[in-house]
Amino acid sequence: MKTLKLASVSALSIAAASLANTAQAEDLTLCWAAWDPANALVELSKEFETQSGHTMSFEFIPWPNFADRMLNELNSGGKLCDLLIGDSQWIGGGAENGHYVKLNDFFDAEGISMSDFADATVYAYSTWPKGTENYYALPAMGDANGWFYRKDWFAREDIQAAFKEATGRDLAEPKSQKELLEIAQFFQGREIDGQTVYGASIFTERGSEGITMGVTSALYPWGFKYENTPGSYDMDGAVNSPEAVEALEFYKEFYETATPPGYTNSYMGESLDAFKSGQVAMAMNWFAFFPGLYADPNTGGDKIDFFVNPPQNVAGSTLGGQGISVVAYSDKQDAALEYIKWFANPEVQAKWWDLGGYSAHNAVLNDPGFKDSAPFAGDFLEAMGSVQDFWQEPAYAELLLAMQKRLHDYVVADQGTAQDALDKLVEDWTEVFEDEGKL
Amino acid sequence: MTDTPVTRAASATPSRVARKIRGLSDRAIAWIFVGPTIFLLLAINIFPLIWTIRLSFTNFKANRNREIEWVGTRNYERILTDSDIWLNMQATAHFLFWTIFFQVLIGFTLAYLINKKFKGNDLWTTIIVLPMMLSPAVVGNFWKFLYQPQIGLFNYIVAFFTGKDPSSFEMLGSVQLAPWSIVIVDTWMWTPFVMLICLAGLRSIPDYIYEAAEVDRASKLRQFFTITVPMVLPFLMLAVLFRGIENFKMFDLVVQLTGGGPGSTTELTSINLKREAFEKWRTGYASAYAIILFVTVFGLASIYVKALNKVKER
Repeated sequence: MKTLKLASVSALSIAAASLANTAQAEDLTLCWAAWDPANALVELSKEFETQSGHTMSFEFIPWPNFADRMLNELNSGGKLCDLLIGDSQWIGGGAENGHYVKLNDFFDAEGISMSDFADATVYAYSTWPKGTENYYALPAMGDANGWFYRKDWFAREDIQAAFKEATGRDLAEPKSQKELLEIAQFFQGREIDGQTVYGASIFTERGSEGITMGVTSALYPWGFKYENTPGSYDMDGAVNSPEAVEALEFYKEFYETATPPGYTNSYMGESLDAFKSGQVAMAMNWFAFFPGLYADPNTGGDKIDFFVNPPQNVAGSTLGGQGISVVAYSDKQDAALEYIKWFANPEVQAKWWDLGGYSAHNAVLNDPGFKDSAPFAGDFLEAMGSVQDFWQEPAYAELLLAMQKRLHDYVVADQGTAQDALDKLVEDWTEVFEDEGKL
Repeated sequence: MTDTPVTRAASATPSRVARKIRGLSDRAIAWIFVGPTIFLLLAINIFPLIWTIRLSFTNFKANRNREIEWVGTRNYERILTDSDIWLNMQATAHFLFWTIFFQVLIGFTLAYLINKKFKGNDLWTTIIVLPMMLSPAVVGNFWKFLYQPQIGLFNYIVAFFTGKDPSSFEMLGSVQLAPWSIVIVDTWMWTPFVMLICLAGLRSIPDYIYEAAEVDRASKLRQFFTITVPMVLPFLMLAVLFRGIENFKMFDLVVQLTGGGPGSTTELTSINLKREAFEKWRTGYASAYAIILFVTVFGLASIYVKALNKVKER
């Protein structure tokens, strides 16, 4: 009888539990860009589905349309996304316009500490206003702009000898921006295995953010600053400083003398294509692509190696990466917060890195074995130590498009001088901040 | 009463409704019919236009939760004194003028040739009109490949005739060539449209006029300039009007091909307007921009339509 009672209670408990589970189960939609790490996240999220009973759907938008599509979605109060892995620059608008749920209370209640994540990523992906303890996202995907090159070409004796003869030094990973240009110019138009190859593929895209991300990879190592005094929006003399002018002239020279013909509008995809098709000796791109590049059967493995964006006056890399936020218009915020809680777990973060995502969790980054866990892991850590991001203001889109125009006009369309371009940029940005009431 | 569709419909009308209608004047009945259309026109066209005019005097941004401020004519002043916008206008004017010029020239020539009776006439007509049946996005994409300096067929064809290295010039990347590259693609795509309109014009000319001219011993050249051209001119002007309006708002094809670049060389006003309105979200400013473009197109089109009517009256 006792056994029967026990069995009945157990059966009832299981039935109640399943009913409760069924009642709470939600279909969550996570929105992000369509790229390699997104596929890794789909794989990772299967574990969440099993544990929570929720199901996950994904909306991945190609990068060139990602900002347009997602910002329109947020601005219209759309309910497509419950969770959004949005670009770091959106955090200001997300917070001020009420698109993102503020996560402080949730973090406190669940014991999620931001000190468990790398400082640079918390600052860049989670906080608004910058540097305050107001969190609107959990660091999801650390990223920076880095470089990769044909290790097999660099190792060839004939190429090494030719380089030594041309430059007087050994061919190796560049230690400065000027060395980087010298190597790229050396490879430009060179015949390798009967094929004409070119120096490097860099970002020149006009429509979204490409050329800005490329040029800032030169500006930051030259010591570029957005303001004379942080928070003052006092840009004249900083944005158009002599160092900034020199960096911009450098990038234009790079574009004109060391890139394949026709790369007037190239970004992530074109950079990857140029490298994988054996056209270029080096290429810039986001660390997020490096696991896929390393795994490529034709140009990966022994043929590829990676290096951090070289310094010039200072060390500096352009920040990429994103935080994960709960969309304020979602009807499933509780389930979405459950996902965030699960994702913040150090074990999940370790698995995220194993699958090809870039964890920003200190437990992963500070692990003694991390640097050797992938050929680019050490470079990633180094890059994240000196990253700088674009404006994260609510008006970031206006600021970005103004910079896209000024840079493309100068670098690709060859109009005016670097000084003119940066002076005009200061004028454009001043107008934006005046409209914003910040100047 | 005779059994006709009208009488059948009338007898099918419920008597209550019929009584009500019977008491209405012709004018009232006309309003009942026209009313819904006028309402739709007001709701879909006129109200948004008035709303846009109102927004054009504000600093409204559709993506921001902040109070709207009246800024008077500041948006208009900024636009009209912005040298970058004048460059966009120049790019648009260049694109408009040359696309219309080439499309009219080639379209009319093709129509004139196709109008001659020859074997395979219908097949050639079908082949020629194929480009305009394609989506502009598709056309933009495949011309992008054709213009590719390393693998593009266009560069190889030019190289074949000129002896230049195919990768020595970039149609889409050069400031000098990019404006012409979009003119070439638009001409390739839309010349058949002009050709079809011209063909309709040519086929509307009665044969007896040419026969009379033959009797008067008018030369072929004389017939062409005194019969063909004047009689096709209204059709040609209509084609120019259609292409002009279409190309003034050209967006998809050019975005696919150049994205407005290099720099802002091919950034037509429609592309610039879209950036201001839906990327920068400067709604008030973009509204003023749209109103300026609207007034420009409306003004030019009105003058043109008057000229077209005069030609038709001759």
